Amino acid sequence: MTFRIDRTFARLRQAGEKALIAYVMAGDPSLKETEELVVELERAGVDIIELGVPFSDPIADGPVIQQAAERALRNGTSLRTIFPMITRLRSTTQVPLVLMAYYNNVYAFGPQRFCQEAVQAGVDGLIVPDMPLDEAGLFRGPAEAAGLQLIFLLAPTSTAERRTFVARQSQGFVYYVSLTGITGAKLRNVADVGKNVEKIKKITRVPVAVGFGVATPEDAANVAAIADGVIVGSAIVKQIAAHQQKPEMVKQVGEFVRSLKTAMRAAQPKLR
Amino acid sequence: MSSVPNKQGRFGAYGGRYVPETLMPALLELEQEYALVKKDRAFQSELAYYLKHYVGRPTSLYFAQRLTKRLGGAKIYLKREDLCHTGAHKINNAIGQGLLAQRMKKPRIIAETGAGQHGVATATVAAMFGLQCEIYMGTEDMQRQALNVFRMRLLGSTVTGVDAGSRTLKDAISEAMRDWTTNIRTTHYILGSVLGAHPYPMMIRDFQSIIGREARRQILAAEGRLPDCLIACVGGGSNAIGLFHAFIKDKKVKMIGVEAGGLGVASGKHAARFSGGKPGVLQGTMTYLLQDDDGQVNLTHSISAGLDYAAVGPEHSYLRDQGRAEYTSVTDDEAMTAFDLLAREEGIMPALESAHAIAHTIKVAAKMKKSQILVVNLSGRGDKDVQQIAKMRGIAL
Repeated sequence: MTFRIDRTFARLRQAGEKALIAYVMAGDPSLKETEELVVELERAGVDIIELGVPFSDPIADGPVIQQAAERALRNGTSLRTIFPMITRLRSTTQVPLVLMAYYNNVYAFGPQRFCQEAVQAGVDGLIVPDMPLDEAGLFRGPAEAAGLQLIFLLAPTSTAERRTFVARQSQGFVYYVSLTGITGAKLRNVADVGKNVEKIKKITRVPVAVGFGVATPEDAANVAAIADGVIVGSAIVKQIAAHQQKPEMVKQVGEFVRSLKTAMRAAQPKLR
Repeated sequence: MSSVPNKQGRFGAYGGRYVPETLMPALLELEQEYALVKKDRAFQSELAYYLKHYVGRPTSLYFAQRLTKRLGGAKIYLKREDLCHTGAHKINNAIGQGLLAQRMKKPRIIAETGAGQHGVATATVAAMFGLQCEIYMGTEDMQRQALNVFRMRLLGSTVTGVDAGSRTLKDAISEAMRDWTTNIRTTHYILGSVLGAHPYPMMIRDFQSIIGREARRQILAAEGRLPDCLIACVGGGSNAIGLFHAFIKDKKVKMIGVEAGGLGVASGKHAARFSGGKPGVLQGTMTYLLQDDDGQVNLTHSISAGLDYAAVGPEHSYLRDQGRAEYTSVTDDEAMTAFDLLAREEGIMPALESAHAIAHTIKVAAKMKKSQILVVNLSGRGDKDVQQIAKMRGIAL
């Protein structure tokens, strides 16, 4: 079985490009707009899309994504409404879709039922920020059976032992957290990030994508130079929040994302 | 019942370590360090020194003669944690973790607080050990516990208001976890109850278990036998587990945890996790949790800020499933009645948290025989609640 995420990274590698991975909160400001955003993000050059599942107590997120979750929860967004949206999306796009959900939401849905319904709807991967590999037991079997890739995170604090433990078992890609902190913090030392990414790449066959703190086209270009993928979350969510009342919101977000991809492409050595 | 937790921090199905990867190495380090100090004589004697000379332990086990007579049933003994320095049991844990922070060479400590008791205890320990200290507190709690906010500031700590969610304990813990994730290299997080990821529920239980070890010794000295029943209030549940732990193997000693019934369990405005909750994960641990069908955490209500929390310590979930402890709840009104009764019968104002334990004592004592013995954990003193009570009664101080 081949996975959309794996195929996407393979295609990019051949083209000499890095993956742009964009995060939006499902249901912010509404699920209908999330649906439009996914289509627009792909058109603007996004390679993989992370859809946040809103949780009442998101301990890994800064204020920007916390507020997005509050907006999404206020309009009743949950996995029960997100899955039908993804099913609809799959008739128009084949862009890889990864859900980013907190443990309690997927646990409440039921690990087995969650993995089955997610894959049926067209979800490719799952990231659970408060589920370290050590606690993934309930999900590994059902995910494997359903064909859902489980993506794990590594951090600057991870020891060599944990790097090996996690990097070898993460599927699709390894999510390297660029900084000790929460989403939306400021990216600092890209050179240090690069050194850690190198260490991870030595022990895993899957690509390494870097997230947390990537906010500007310049950041995206810098990170693209040292990693296989660049994950942008809070900066995009901020754009959505700033334009949420305006009819041109989707277009504006698309333009911002296009500027990220353009900067990433310009920074790549030309292999084509 | 085998000893819990296991190596993975599991109390049966509960507990564990549901945290971002950034925190995992710190939790593993803390676990290792704690395993070392547990066996380290020098550390233990230093801890014992501070508990005796700074906290004022052992706290007395006081026979509440007038309350016993008034209720007309079992003999009621109060474990006087309200007599600890800073006015509650919270300092037992804060001293232990403060010493640990020093050993791990972390110059900065952070903590969350609900009622403010753990915040005051942590700020106190920080001052005494010369550590930099920041306390997170929900803005709703800051209003109802304004006095404790001021006390923490007088002690030299920074108090940071958390204006998210229900603006109470749960949101303060989330913010403290975010701070810890950000400043992990310099900071130790002194969690205040038997919550969060392993090793916290185990370590905090151990630091609080001195309550039960003393009480067991004291009741044997006073009565020549073990009590029939233990009663303690349960927010996160550190004072309760602290009292229960030394008695767990004494199968004949009944143990009752009292949750906050708020406006009544039927009203939905409460913090009775064992009546309205089901297992889930919040803030690092698997335990009984008040949540909706989608796994969103419910808002809670209690007159008492220290019990106003959607989850409960994982070991309590385990003790409940094992049938070793039972859990019940009392309402805000019942807790207030108990506050007044203890103040007038015994000249002791309990913290509103501890008043919940007294309220349940009122319900059960009369039904017990006069020869039976109840030990109630009076986990904190009520001075901090005086302003809130005056306000509720429309009295301007």
